[in-house]
Amino acid sequence: MIETSGRHTPAAGGTQPLLELRDLDTDIALRRGTVHALDGVSLQVMPGETLGVVGESGSGKTMTALSIMGLLPPGGRVSGGQILFEGRDLRSLPADEVRRIRGVRMGMVFQDPLTSLNPTMRIGVQVGEPLRVHERVGRAEARERTIEILRRVGMPRPDRIVDNYPHELSGGMRQRVAIAMALVCSPRLLIADEPTTALDVTTQRQILELIDDLREEFGMAVILVTHDLGVIAGRADRVAVMYAGRVVETAATGELFRSPRHRYTQALMEALPESAIRESGEHARLYSIPGLPPDLSRPLTGCRFAPRCRHVTDECRTTDVTLTAGEHQHACLHPVPAEPAAPVGLPTPARVEPAPDPAGAPAGPAEPAAEPVLSVRNLVKNYAAHGRGLLRRTAGQVSAVADVSFDVGPGETFGLVGESGCGKSTVGRLAVGLEQPSAGQIMLDGTDIAGLAGRERRRMHRQVQLMFQDSYAAMNPRMRVDAILAEPLEIQKVGGTAERRARIATLLDQVGLSRRVLERYPHEFSGGQLQRIGLARSLALQPRLIVGDEPVSALDVSIQAQVLNLMRDLQRELGLAYVFISHDLSVVDYMADRIGVMYLGKLVEVGPARDVVRAARHPYTQALIDAVPSVTPNPAAARDGATIRGELPSALNPPAGCRFRTRCPLAQDICATEPPLAGDAHQVACHFPLRPESAAAAAPAGAIA
Amino acid sequence: MTTLSEAVRPGAVPDRPADADEAPVRGLWRQGLVVFCENRLALVGLGLFVLLAAICFLGPLFYHTDQVHTDLTKVHLAPGDQGHPLGTDGVGYDQLGRLMLGGQTSIIVGLAAGILATAVGTIWGAVAGFAGGWVDSAMMRVVDAMMSIPSLFLFMLLAAIVTPSVSMLIVIIGAFAWLGPARLVRGDALTLRSREYVQAMRGMGGTGGRAVRRHIVPNAIGTVIVNATFQVADAILYVAYLSFLGLGVPPPAANWGGMLSDGLADTYSGHWWLLYPPGIAIILIVLAFNFIGDGLRDAFEVRLRRR
Repeated sequence: MIETSGRHTPAAGGTQPLLELRDLDTDIALRRGTVHALDGVSLQVMPGETLGVVGESGSGKTMTALSIMGLLPPGGRVSGGQILFEGRDLRSLPADEVRRIRGVRMGMVFQDPLTSLNPTMRIGVQVGEPLRVHERVGRAEARERTIEILRRVGMPRPDRIVDNYPHELSGGMRQRVAIAMALVCSPRLLIADEPTTALDVTTQRQILELIDDLREEFGMAVILVTHDLGVIAGRADRVAVMYAGRVVETAATGELFRSPRHRYTQALMEALPESAIRESGEHARLYSIPGLPPDLSRPLTGCRFAPRCRHVTDECRTTDVTLTAGEHQHACLHPVPAEPAAPVGLPTPARVEPAPDPAGAPAGPAEPAAEPVLSVRNLVKNYAAHGRGLLRRTAGQVSAVADVSFDVGPGETFGLVGESGCGKSTVGRLAVGLEQPSAGQIMLDGTDIAGLAGRERRRMHRQVQLMFQDSYAAMNPRMRVDAILAEPLEIQKVGGTAERRARIATLLDQVGLSRRVLERYPHEFSGGQLQRIGLARSLALQPRLIVGDEPVSALDVSIQAQVLNLMRDLQRELGLAYVFISHDLSVVDYMADRIGVMYLGKLVEVGPARDVVRAARHPYTQALIDAVPSVTPNPAAARDGATIRGELPSALNPPAGCRFRTRCPLAQDICATEPPLAGDAHQVACHFPLRPESAAAAAPAGAIA
Repeated sequence: MTTLSEAVRPGAVPDRPADADEAPVRGLWRQGLVVFCENRLALVGLGLFVLLAAICFLGPLFYHTDQVHTDLTKVHLAPGDQGHPLGTDGVGYDQLGRLMLGGQTSIIVGLAAGILATAVGTIWGAVAGFAGGWVDSAMMRVVDAMMSIPSLFLFMLLAAIVTPSVSMLIVIIGAFAWLGPARLVRGDALTLRSREYVQAMRGMGGTGGRAVRRHIVPNAIGTVIVNATFQVADAILYVAYLSFLGLGVPPPAANWGGMLSDGLADTYSGHWWLLYPPGIAIILIVLAFNFIGDGLRDAFEVRLRRR
């Protein structure tokens, strides 16, 4: 591979970059063959700058971070190029020196704060470990400095927390500890690899702000690696977009989001549910990137995005494209034309497919006149919490779902949002009959499913099906796809062998898969394909309602768009109703006709999707909306919103009255009494709703930003 | 670090095109077989076992010896003497012929006891794990209790009470060797029970019986088969222990452990041909089964390999 030398020259000549990657190649040797995870990656990080590295899974963004830190997995090695840190190549320095540089001058934060902390070490010992190793300070001094750094990352009572173990802290707190550990030696460079992916949005916002503040305070540079364009948009100075082991575009953040040049970047942005909603009040069809990323173990020629690009020409397939020079670099032969003096705002994406008006999604859905498919009435689910000791006496009850009521009409999508632990998945599991409610009713087509037994209970399962987040886990790895799809029909004793085969063929057509998948096993498929198979299985019994528990959360943006489109198409064809459970407000906003917001087991707000998202009435909903990172780079606005602080209280002893009052900025004494879910079409359970209902309806669209 | 595994993922099966529709269809068993065959040691193990079994069971058809009548005129003949390739033992039996006969006992007892232990253990463990609650507790306490007694001690006790015969040896060894597989399978069943595909099946209206039949047993079978090979190896060793302690099958029947024990008496007489052949044979067959087990483990793991 021949690279032009011009691309290394930074446009800004004056300062020396803190970190510079030059034509970095990283290979990972596997049992058969070698994966060329990185191919000629060149990046620069200036002192004090935040560089966002964004890409889908397999794009090499994590490998870039690991190559810099020298933490490649077994079989992985940097096979070419240079890693220049403060002008010195880490690849040619002696090992001791490199170890010191990586240990002291760089810090890394990983995705999962649970696995990146040692569960058997006290927080203090763990955070202070780099000091003891690299600076050889004494135990007492290490402790002092640990407490100091914990204070600076915003830990409450750091002098007590140093003696705790990781499991005693919440996810957000653990991530703060991981950040403290990375910062304890005052590094010049912090590499954060998906630091907030495992966290809830409100916690995510706190952590991202913390990283921002610390960057200024310590004067360090940050490499923020993420798959989430929204996270990058609000935080990074410059962005590098990666695809299939290469950097395809780099530019200043505002510039990149205003006018992406590479066709991949453009397609990625159009695939965001956010962009489809913003376009018009209508739910436009998402642009989905067809196909899958290329296999990096095979030799590739030409532009790596060519097979999935809608602007591809023969030239793209044969010519190796290198990054252009200048501030806004891109590696595309047919770039998006640069917009001359484009107004600030999201680009108007060129839509390939016209937006058909989905029949099931009128802009302001009329109250379903027909009898609801699913009607949940005063649903309660408590789990017994066992105390310690031999007898394991019941120490209390975890209130997972408390007095939740809602209806889902035929052909309607009801979105259920909330942070982890709010009980939304439990509602889903109760609705499909996987668990028994402690109190309340779940009516399917007017029949309470709790009272059913035997044969009738089995038939009930035909009406409602569950769609899982991880379809791979939801399929028996030893069954072929034909057996997987036939299983619901066998259980429900539907039809004979021939009829079942015909039904399976129809299902595959519906989800857009070829017949050949029938002879394969689940592990042979990609995430998007598995989700299609999962959807096909859910449809096998021709249910009227599908409960999707985070059905697209594990997928990349481009694949997510494919699955969301498919779900909407099927809804229109088959008149399905969905209960769409997700923590991702933008996805729910795109999919749902009506949205219910849950907090700590309670439904705090229910209403038409547009009203809930654009004119929230409950303070919690508003905080949730404010916390969602948006691709519109507007950090000032993102900081102004009423943020909620602190952590979700334990569901073991939930606060009396309004459960949100412990974190609510508007809380008063009266909040200790339970607010009823009041309102007409847009209901809210709050003593001090942000808006009266009539105003909510009239609020201008686009208030989400 | 999910992103890490995902980043590596595209190359996990490099011969697979990006679109799974194009690849040739290969069954799971086929794929497992390929992986097994790639493991050279596993093939060596399999070959070794086939070779030893062939010698023991087919050998006597071509190499006739009298293993019933003693011949005191031909005791302790050195290898090669008077047409005895491996010499003779203290009562005049041909050592090579005896090795074949003893091998038959060892292999039969080993295989049968290993399979018996695996079958009993699998059922016990699967029921305990799937039932859960107090049933699980009760069943597993039985296992714990039996495990706390040194097995060798029990073998000796039992062998002293009952008359050792081939079938009795199988039952005795099987009766204690099932504890290991029971624990393993119970652990598997516990995790398999809560897998999402079992929940998905319940969401379709399926019952517990179907869960065990279609989902739990097929997914535990890898553990079971792999463990079975180690059980066989263990059982062969147990036969050797027991016989070494003089509690094996009574003469004129033979087995490798007993031959080793007899040979030990001649250590200082320089009759090495009585000591080394059975010892080496035991080592070889146990090694063979361990290699096979390792290969099977790889083969089954590949089948379950996450994308």
